Amino acid sequence: MNLLDVKGLSVEFHGDEGHHQVVRDVSFSVPENKCVALVGESGSGKTVISRAVMGILPAKSRITSGQILFRDNRKNGEKVDIAKLPPAGPAMRAIRGDQIAMIFQEPMVSLSPLHTIGDQISEAAKLHRFVGTKEAQELTKDMLRLVHFPEPERAIRAYPFELSGGLRQRALIAMAMICRPTLLIADEPTTALDVTIQAEILKLIKEVQAELNMTLLMITHDFGVVTNMADEVVVVYNGEVMEKGSVEDLFLTPQHPYLKALLNAVPSLSMEPDERLVPIRPIKPRTHHSDFQPSPVGKAHAFRGTPLIELEGVCKNFTFKNLRGKKRRGMTTALDNVSLTVRRGECLGIVGESGSGKTTAALAMLRAFPLTRGKISYTTEDGARDIQGFSEKELFQYRKRAQIIFQDPFSSLNPRRTLNEILQEPLVIHRMGDSLSQGARIRELIDLVGLSPRYLRRYPHSFSGGQRQRIGIARALALNPEFLICDEPTSALDVSVQAQILNLLKDLKDELGLTYVFVSHNLAVVDYISDRIAVMCKGKVVEVGPTRQIIDNPIHPYTRTLLKAVPEPSLDHKLDFSSLAGTASSDPTQWPSPYRMRYSTVPYLVEIETDHWVCAPGMESMRDIVGLGGSHI
Amino acid sequence: MLNYILRRLLVMIPTLAAISFLVFFIIELPEGDYISNQISMLRSTGESASIGRLEFLRKEFALDRPFVERYGIWVGLWPGPNGFDGLIQGNWGWSFEYDQPVGEVVGPTLPLTVALNLATILFIYCVAFPIGIYSATHQYSLGDYTFTLIGYLGLATPNFLLALVLMYLANSWFGLTVGGIMEEHYIGEPLSGGKALSIVAHLIVPVIVIGTSGTAAMIRRLRANLLDEIYKQYVTTARSKGMRESKLLVKYPLRVALNPFIADIGNLIPSLVSGSVIVSVVLNLPTVGPVLLGALQSQDQFLAGFILLFVSILTLIGMLVSDVLLGYLDPRIRLGKEGARQ
Repeated sequence: MNLLDVKGLSVEFHGDEGHHQVVRDVSFSVPENKCVALVGESGSGKTVISRAVMGILPAKSRITSGQILFRDNRKNGEKVDIAKLPPAGPAMRAIRGDQIAMIFQEPMVSLSPLHTIGDQISEAAKLHRFVGTKEAQELTKDMLRLVHFPEPERAIRAYPFELSGGLRQRALIAMAMICRPTLLIADEPTTALDVTIQAEILKLIKEVQAELNMTLLMITHDFGVVTNMADEVVVVYNGEVMEKGSVEDLFLTPQHPYLKALLNAVPSLSMEPDERLVPIRPIKPRTHHSDFQPSPVGKAHAFRGTPLIELEGVCKNFTFKNLRGKKRRGMTTALDNVSLTVRRGECLGIVGESGSGKTTAALAMLRAFPLTRGKISYTTEDGARDIQGFSEKELFQYRKRAQIIFQDPFSSLNPRRTLNEILQEPLVIHRMGDSLSQGARIRELIDLVGLSPRYLRRYPHSFSGGQRQRIGIARALALNPEFLICDEPTSALDVSVQAQILNLLKDLKDELGLTYVFVSHNLAVVDYISDRIAVMCKGKVVEVGPTRQIIDNPIHPYTRTLLKAVPEPSLDHKLDFSSLAGTASSDPTQWPSPYRMRYSTVPYLVEIETDHWVCAPGMESMRDIVGLGGSHI
Repeated sequence: MLNYILRRLLVMIPTLAAISFLVFFIIELPEGDYISNQISMLRSTGESASIGRLEFLRKEFALDRPFVERYGIWVGLWPGPNGFDGLIQGNWGWSFEYDQPVGEVVGPTLPLTVALNLATILFIYCVAFPIGIYSATHQYSLGDYTFTLIGYLGLATPNFLLALVLMYLANSWFGLTVGGIMEEHYIGEPLSGGKALSIVAHLIVPVIVIGTSGTAAMIRRLRANLLDEIYKQYVTTARSKGMRESKLLVKYPLRVALNPFIADIGNLIPSLVSGSVIVSVVLNLPTVGPVLLGALQSQDQFLAGFILLFVSILTLIGMLVSDVLLGYLDPRIRLGKEGARQ
């Protein structure tokens, strides 16, 4: 029995340039008590379809044709055509929030900052169940308990900004669930979350679905989520359905070339070391050696494997200040005795959840802030120097060697500058060449990242996310650096574009002899691009080693949890929801011995196998007995 | 919260001290004082008979002392000819021009000034809010364009011109004598229903005149603020619960869009006092504005100083009120966490 039947749905946006069909003749059905996943890239129209079902399409769009038949179980299975109902009218409002509810993508902005969680969750109950304030509060607490919210009694009085992303998402789920809807639409419910939290939220959605007998329509671009959650899949591309069927059929025997291409573009942990992703729209970097500056390639290859940058016992504390900015309120340790080595010509991946200190560690290598303690030495032709000791002038020169690619390609480009100006700026600041040679260098950079020189006079808003990130890469390469920090460069991009950027970075590394530090929360991405991986948690490095060894033979309990939580885009490795460890896994005081760390415990790394180090302070005392050669790297 | 208000009140003391010093310093900047000007004027006309009395006044009000001493005496921190007798002790000074204590000159005008200001602020908020909300929710509609046009006209028309036009219209259409604060025969009579009505009727035109530009500016800003908010995700979240559009608008985006307006209360007050000077002169309103203008022109220093200080106090109180309201309405400010980053 189908709960929802979408038949021949077309949605049109009317903007300044006329009408634009974003959804074309889409048909699919959602059977009762099943989970259907709507899969596609951004801009494919999958979110628009879900909003049409909810009756919350943006003001500038309308349904031009088609039916959205919803079986109203509370009215003896009477079929309602949502497409015909006025979206703000009482009939649609009665269904929305009561029978059909939605979980949104970004928990950070989906809640009103000025109202308590309790107020916002109980609202739907008051609207549809006509309950009093007291009863609504009880219902809210029940729902918060259902989504395993800690301390529901207190939580109803909390404001969203007092909660973490994971907790906010739980609150949103509770909010959608409070009227026990028959259909739950989840729009990328875990995209903004860390892997471990993602796994928990997915588990939670599954639990609640079973408990409340719900039907789920899941919108996602993540095939890992699809294989773990969905019974049926609908693949959408450019507003049209490309392929639909059961998960098994689609993954084992994909028919449509688009789906095949999409599947090939997703990095997964079970890839072969030399396997390359196949982007849907591949680009080829075009290098031509100019005499703008002698290329460091040869040199870099000669010194391959020697230490380039070394962190020794690096600590960084941040102090919170209260409103007046005077008294100390608290301190957080962003980096706790971090010791790492980046070798010339390699890509070191740093993974961890948000707040693990991975970005702080990377930024410290650029001397973005003074350290609390420790030493970071950078090796040049003249030997190793502590970058903390650099004078202003030396630091300025250091900027030519080490550059960064930022996470968000949308906010990291000045919207008022043309592509040409953006790429020229580093050259102007460092007074490299005259305007003629700068122009040549800019064209070279454009070629390098596979953009066209025709774009040079355009402003950033006319580029897509992937193109912008390529501009970011070109800008970072402008000064011909030898060391690049990539701070989650693909986290804001679609899977298909992600593959393109990852391949580009890989190619550039080989062509230009670069050294990368690649920061990411996505293990599959790090696995694909890195030679070695460092896992961080709560400001500590818990495990470092060659990529294969970390992925195939994780030692540290935290690394294991992290790996277990990654949803794999294949049907053979489904997530084991029952074995999820919960939040305890990211609490160093609750790790089993010898990994346990108290607040004052100094991280201590032990070499388990060649080049594979694990943080196990408990082994320090056993060193002499077991004979492990333990020391900092 | 109480703690916070107390702390803010304490901070106001040094602020006031600094303001009073600045006010006194600036008023004293021009050469001479009221009495020395009078003396030289009398000398030039050859009438030196009353010079002796003026010299006595100069001594009496310590105008012959050095600057810092004069300031101290004015505030009441330094013994003057009559001992400690300044603002702190409740002596607001002497107006030479009116030949009266400042309190008696200013006193009758203060209630009207405050009433006029409050009425104007209320007018601004009452008119600007519905229009601003309408303009934001019906962006680029005929109504939006009409209000935008009227708003720009309101911003661009000089107040005094509007005052004259309205004065003429009110007189020729409704037979209201707009000038002054009440019908002439009520002046000096005890307060009665008729007198109160007359005052209210006379307030309407000045309120509209003074409030127009503020209203226009506020409509534009509310529209912009609200437009920023109504497309945010949390509004969609609320909509997905099945709320009525009107209820939703008031509960969510309007609440968030409100902050700048509350923060503005403190700034509105001084601009209303200084903005209403010309209008008050044109409409012959006995507010503080024209008195201040006269005092500044004739270097009636104690009078001018007191009025300026009074306006500053109003501003400080306005700021305090807006801060307390903001803290009350916005948990991010009240709880002072990193939520402000959102």
